[in-house]
Amino acid sequence: MNTIEPSQTLLMLQDYWWIIISLLGGILVFLLFVQGGQSMLLNNRGTGATQIILKAMGRKWELTFTTLVTFGGALFASFPLFYSTSFGGAFWLWILILFSFIIQAVSYEYRDKAGNLFGRRGYDIFLFINGSVGCILLGVAVAMFFFGGQFTVERLNLVTPDATVISTWAPTHGFEAIFCWKNLILGVAVLFLARTLAGLYILNASTLSDQLFQYFKSRLIINAGIFLVFFLAFVAILLTTTGYTVMSATSLGTIVEETPYKYFHNLIGNPATLVCFLVGVVLVLVGIIRTILSKHYTAGIWWSGLGTVLTVMALFWMAGFNDTPFLPSTLDPSSSLSIRNASSSEFTLQTMSYVSILIPFVLGYIWYVWRSIDKNKVTADKE
Amino acid sequence: MDNLITTVDWSRWQFAMTAIYHWLFVPLTLGLSVIVAIMETISFRKKSEKWLRTTKFWMTLLAINFAIGVATGIILEFEFGTNWSNYSWFVGDIFGAPLAIEGILAFFMEATFGAVMFFGWGKVSARFHLASTWLTAIGASISALWILVANSWMQYPVGMEFDPAQMRNVMDNFWALFSPVAINKFFHAVLSGWALAGAFVIAVSCYFLWRGSNRDFAIRSIKVGAWTGLVGLLLTMYTGDGSAVEVTRTQPMKLAAMEGLYEGHAPQSLVAVGLVNPDKKWDNDEPEYLFDISLPYGLSILARHDYTAFVPGIKDIIEGVDVNENGDTIYTVSYQERIARGKAAQAALHSYGVAMQDNDTAAMKSALDALEADYPYFGYGYFNSVDEAIPPVALTFYSFRVMVILGSFFLLFFIVCLIWVYKSEKTFNKARWMQMVAMIALPFMYICSQAGWIVAEVGRQPWTVQDLLPVGAAISAIPSSSVIVTFWMFAVIFTLLLIAEVGIMIHWVKKGVNNPELN
Repeated sequence: MNTIEPSQTLLMLQDYWWIIISLLGGILVFLLFVQGGQSMLLNNRGTGATQIILKAMGRKWELTFTTLVTFGGALFASFPLFYSTSFGGAFWLWILILFSFIIQAVSYEYRDKAGNLFGRRGYDIFLFINGSVGCILLGVAVAMFFFGGQFTVERLNLVTPDATVISTWAPTHGFEAIFCWKNLILGVAVLFLARTLAGLYILNASTLSDQLFQYFKSRLIINAGIFLVFFLAFVAILLTTTGYTVMSATSLGTIVEETPYKYFHNLIGNPATLVCFLVGVVLVLVGIIRTILSKHYTAGIWWSGLGTVLTVMALFWMAGFNDTPFLPSTLDPSSSLSIRNASSSEFTLQTMSYVSILIPFVLGYIWYVWRSIDKNKVTADKE
Repeated sequence: MDNLITTVDWSRWQFAMTAIYHWLFVPLTLGLSVIVAIMETISFRKKSEKWLRTTKFWMTLLAINFAIGVATGIILEFEFGTNWSNYSWFVGDIFGAPLAIEGILAFFMEATFGAVMFFGWGKVSARFHLASTWLTAIGASISALWILVANSWMQYPVGMEFDPAQMRNVMDNFWALFSPVAINKFFHAVLSGWALAGAFVIAVSCYFLWRGSNRDFAIRSIKVGAWTGLVGLLLTMYTGDGSAVEVTRTQPMKLAAMEGLYEGHAPQSLVAVGLVNPDKKWDNDEPEYLFDISLPYGLSILARHDYTAFVPGIKDIIEGVDVNENGDTIYTVSYQERIARGKAAQAALHSYGVAMQDNDTAAMKSALDALEADYPYFGYGYFNSVDEAIPPVALTFYSFRVMVILGSFFLLFFIVCLIWVYKSEKTFNKARWMQMVAMIALPFMYICSQAGWIVAEVGRQPWTVQDLLPVGAAISAIPSSSVIVTFWMFAVIFTLLLIAEVGIMIHWVKKGVNNPELN
């Protein structure tokens, strides 16, 4: 078997970009608190909560949207074979995610305007759909990093008449992933994490009456409880799952071997992953528990937010490092995608790395603007 | 095979439809964000309440338009993966980078400071708000820069080499992406947005004048709109001239389609107005036009800035006739030969792949030599006849004329508006026919803008990447029924959102008309 040895620089750049992707993924999941808030929009009549949710989330929705687009762009640039295989294969999963974000993008701006065609209620339903369906489906998409998809990759197809597409997927094209119960467990966990974070953010960014404060706090307890049940279930399944280990990677194929408890080994075998995961989970819990137990504590979003970013990063590292294919193929394991066989070239990754130096600057001005806008708390009666 | 063709065609329709909707909103965002920034700057410097009111009125229209532009934009990015997965692999190493950089450098800037611009009134200082407004406008243009760099690369692929082991193209020169094609396209597209926004502001302001409402507000707005529109249009025309030269150099088939030209001459006239003959094929003797009024030397000047220059037609190009950089007519490689050599390149690549699996280094080297000799024609190997390599001539021809004729009209329109409104506001106020012209002209500006993109995108068919990857080989392995469903899904939601956007804008304008304090 021919093996083309990659350079050390390329290996390092592949690792670096997987870390960048995991950071963007972590920030995206944190910012899904916007979607979590939207998923709580309905059934609030008479409480005043709807207005608070809309005002609080309306200030931030563009950040989530932008992070999703950047996440997609960065995946395209750094791991184009994933972009090609997953998006073109799990077609319906991604199309439904996109559809839910189209209807979100206009809703905040249009819902209160005269002549908006759908009426306020229509846009609230759009936001609800984006909030609930968007979160679940994004969770499903991330779960595929562990539980895989039914696809094959054959690069030689490119020059095979009448069958030129290199990646082919199961005929259900993503529906099988949506209706996979393991994927759905993470999807539901993401939804209730987003609702939990939304509650924490609203408590932090708003000046609320006692009644509304208690309302959001009681919902926080319920959402956090459901999130923990599903998250623990997901972690239990994940750590006992049999995964794949990449034994050898060539340009035209990958040799993988089944490995029992693969993700458990990935977790405990890499101190950085283990620390990141444990610290992340603890921080999420600290944010939630302090907010629930303390009468007036409202800074839980920062603990849980940072914890979310760290936990998601650790999950990505479990999916992609330690010779693990981050998109396993259940149909043809040798077609599985790893950060080694799915990445861009050394030149492109290096070029992109220069650009990534600006990420702290971007995060810096986002943080500055965030604080500037949030100096004025959201209230029920003005905006 | 039939299903593949249907999937290809529906995927093309879906991408075209998404791009057309997206480009309904983007140019207005690009131009109106600059106009609003200019207005806010005047308000800030003069401490003027009336300019502040003017700024806020137009900013609301910008916000309404901005949101739907964002909604349609996300689909375009992800459609490269969902519908064009082979493309995403074959050139993703190069094409993905500008998209990622757009997100990191431009989109966050646009979104972050856009939030301050739209929602930050009273929450941040006036100076910081003004800075945010400018940063939003700059962010929108930087965002456009990366997208247009990516688009230009598809039309003029440079800065890369083919990696046979990976069976894809890889970048080897990032700065080559900023080719003259890309620079021209960036300025041409972005500045056309200024022209469109100028026409938009003038049209809405003329509605105020028509209704006899807030005349001072309307005149103020018309002045800013007309200046922005005129500057934008003049520079659009200048870069359009540059684009024509670049198209001649890099995509001669597109230029021939734009002109409906089958057999070129030296010098070559330019059809000002004409009807292309639908029965004309590259290999028959039918006349090119059913009717035409031509400008002598016109195409030679447009294409090569030389009134005696030879410009090849479709038949010439197919037969291998071209013009080199010195302007000499030369014989290169005919399309028939390109197809043969493209197939040879693909066969060599296949042999290379098989040899690689067998670890046969001698066979790999032999295949690689064969591949390198014929790789420039790789994409032609997907065709079975030269007819497949010809873009739709009639649509490209008519779109080009619609763009140029309407663009010329708007140059006159902006000049007349500026001179008139500065010379005599009073008579402009009373000139109802001019106000009506301005309102009727607005949809034609959108048509002009769309026509430009039709020329650029239809004229480069059937290529997703010029000479390397035709649309038929760039798609995903999805059934046509799925693409048909998503096509209609997006068509319905985009149309409904467009109706909502227009409805909201109309209500907002009417509200302004009925608000005397706007003055």
